[in-house]
Amino acid sequence: MEKSVISEFKIVEEPKRPISMNPKKFAMWLFMGSVIMLFAAFTSGYIVRRAEGNWVYFDLPFLFTISTIVIIASSLTMQFAYWAAKKDNLESVKILVTSTSVLGLAFLVLQFEGWKDLVSNQVYLVGNPSGSFLYIITGLHGLHLISAIVFLLIVLVATYRYRVHSKNLVQMEMCLTYWHFLGGLWLYLFVFLLLYR
Amino acid sequence: MATIDLHTHTSTEHHDDHGHDHAHHGNFWTNYVFCEDHKVIAKQFLITGMAWALIGGTLSVLFRLQLGFPNADLSWLKPILGGWLTPEGKIDPEFYLALVTMHGTIMVFFVLTAGLSGTFSNFLIPLQIGARDMASGFMNMLSYWFFFISSCIMFISLFISTGPASGGWVIYPPLSALPQAMQGSGLGMTLWLVAMVFFIVSSLLGSINYITTVINMRTKGMSFTKLPLTIWAFFFTAIIGILSFPVLFAAALLLVFDRSFGTSFYLSDIYIGGEALPNQGGSPILFQHLFWFLGHPEVYIVLLPALGITSEIIATNSRKPIFGYKAMVGSMLFIAILSFVVWAHHMFVTGMNPFLGSIFTLLTLIIAVPSAVKIFNYVTTLWKGNIKFTAAMLFSIGLVSFFLTGGITGIFLGNSAIDIQLHDTYFVVAHFHLVMGSASFFGMVAGVYHWFPKMFGRMMNEKLGYVHFWFTFVGVYLVFFPMHYIGIAGFPRRYYSWTNFETFSGFADLNMLVSIAAIMTLAAQFLFLFNFIYSIFRGKQASANPWNSTTLEWTTPRLPGHGNWPGEIPTVYRWPYDYSKPGSKEDFIPQHIPYSETPESNLAHENDLIKLEMSEDAMTVEKDHTH
Repeated sequence: MEKSVISEFKIVEEPKRPISMNPKKFAMWLFMGSVIMLFAAFTSGYIVRRAEGNWVYFDLPFLFTISTIVIIASSLTMQFAYWAAKKDNLESVKILVTSTSVLGLAFLVLQFEGWKDLVSNQVYLVGNPSGSFLYIITGLHGLHLISAIVFLLIVLVATYRYRVHSKNLVQMEMCLTYWHFLGGLWLYLFVFLLLYR
Repeated sequence: MATIDLHTHTSTEHHDDHGHDHAHHGNFWTNYVFCEDHKVIAKQFLITGMAWALIGGTLSVLFRLQLGFPNADLSWLKPILGGWLTPEGKIDPEFYLALVTMHGTIMVFFVLTAGLSGTFSNFLIPLQIGARDMASGFMNMLSYWFFFISSCIMFISLFISTGPASGGWVIYPPLSALPQAMQGSGLGMTLWLVAMVFFIVSSLLGSINYITTVINMRTKGMSFTKLPLTIWAFFFTAIIGILSFPVLFAAALLLVFDRSFGTSFYLSDIYIGGEALPNQGGSPILFQHLFWFLGHPEVYIVLLPALGITSEIIATNSRKPIFGYKAMVGSMLFIAILSFVVWAHHMFVTGMNPFLGSIFTLLTLIIAVPSAVKIFNYVTTLWKGNIKFTAAMLFSIGLVSFFLTGGITGIFLGNSAIDIQLHDTYFVVAHFHLVMGSASFFGMVAGVYHWFPKMFGRMMNEKLGYVHFWFTFVGVYLVFFPMHYIGIAGFPRRYYSWTNFETFSGFADLNMLVSIAAIMTLAAQFLFLFNFIYSIFRGKQASANPWNSTTLEWTTPRLPGHGNWPGEIPTVYRWPYDYSKPGSKEDFIPQHIPYSETPESNLAHENDLIKLEMSEDAMTVEKDHTH
């Protein structure tokens, strides 16, 4: 009796498994959640402190505007790299990931040069908290960007070893998400710092 | 279509099993030290946590000696404390502050966060949701070892010549920011901050792993509505951790900059010896905002796992389904959300806008609602239950008792007007030690008693457990109940001595009683320690399911190996609380028993579910064909 039941149900669709996505990607999203909380803490601390007065106003260096454009460009190249990987166009992936890393480095250099401009404008790390906040927020974002560049290099090496292709995109997708995230985070910080000086 | 998926699935499982076999033959280092198996990591957390609990408890007895017997000659402690005793045989006042600080830090972070969440989230999440291991064993291993590094640094800070951090576990600046302020604000504070950075990394790695595992690794049929309440609790705890620990990181980072790089986030207008410090424009209140944005959720990081464990134990040992499963989940969610919007009730007396104070009062008092829901649900689960008074059950009931007594004083403290009198007095100490400290500690101990058979394959001694329970339960009330009176009388916390104030001489005997009770309570913990160690080696052998419980971990063999289930992972068909179901032969029906096997106890709508089950059975049998 039971056997016949079994054969009857053989072609039944697979029963529902619990909803799930790739655990590594999911962990990545959670990590980005904690990074958001970190910067939310800094920016809300910034607002609270600013509201108390005794706040030295500063002008963001022009270089930060350029670096913003650079990081947007790097997001574009990264997106193109992902699309190339999807089409198994590995040569373009290599070029595009490399150019993303170079743009990322350029962003960091521009940030650093921007700091120099700030110093010449008498905005220092040690002094009024407005400047201290500015350096720490941009510096911490830079640190995260360094980690993303390391991730890019890992993906680049994997591409050379043929471990990134249309059937194996998890690493690429995670790197893409992280890169876009840090770009978006910078945009938020940039606009925030422009509005609340 | 479905068959193809199945084939790939079976092959990966085979692959997994192979890996597990491999790990079995690993050496000592891969099996016990840098192990990626969630059960071993859980035991590592548990044992480290217990070591910390002993240290933290001993510190508290040391300062209770000072408070209860201010005139006693403690020179017999010279071999341990050395230079921290004054020539007259008294505890050095600065060391007293260090003791209080380290007691708080150790208990809140190292025992009740890492020791509780680390142990039971790691141990129970894969076992109860039906997974072979955590989502990332490597991250899990890292999480423990970051915790271990953090523990080492914090432990070392106890022994340096200037003493450990002494500014209170809340490390408010400017006290903690200026090395000149006190001895403990020098190297001790630096080590504290470094240790906490590692701790935050460990906690985040752990939390990310817990959430990922709960969402992605559940076995077939384990929908969210069939999750045991323990898993719900660990899940919410991990979410709170991910959202709040980064904020503590931010606060600590700014403090590090103030301490070491000369910035002035928290410092302004400070004169030391008549000399003004260069720091201008900072705000110490900013630190309090950032700190308590972590600090208050931290209370629930500590408490929620204990509440989850209690739900499980009370239902099992009352032989009744938990009352109001959905209300339990809902109240935990509500508590988790509210925990983020009440932080300023720690700061009522910082000169806050009174209007803001009333808003935070309102939000704080709302927490009483989900908390009361939980207490009522515990009581109604117990009500008319066929109660089995195991040691775990006693500790769980103890938790409910503390949660209630401690919770009620929370209603007083959450009120911004009454807080003016009660702020930073022993009333606060009594409140949070009952509602968060003792309650969570009881949850942890209950969990150890309850899951010991699954952890070590042996039973703990019940009689010793009863003795442990009564001494601890009575001891805790004797310690913390009198503190309410001392607190209402206005005794400030963290004070080394009250002998300078005539007003406070009246409570000397009460303080003595508290100290004696504290010593008794600590002594009782050694019974537990003995029971724990003795039972690991000599305890009575446990059966696979000694408590006749329904959740998945009890379907594993007595000593689950790598991968937890030797064969296939069981499929889940019912919710985890089918105890004493009318019509059923046994008084419990485990989660993996399909409704088709229990026609005598099924409800009407459950009979309808049988059809769905059939298809799942067909798949299982088909899998066997492929073998």
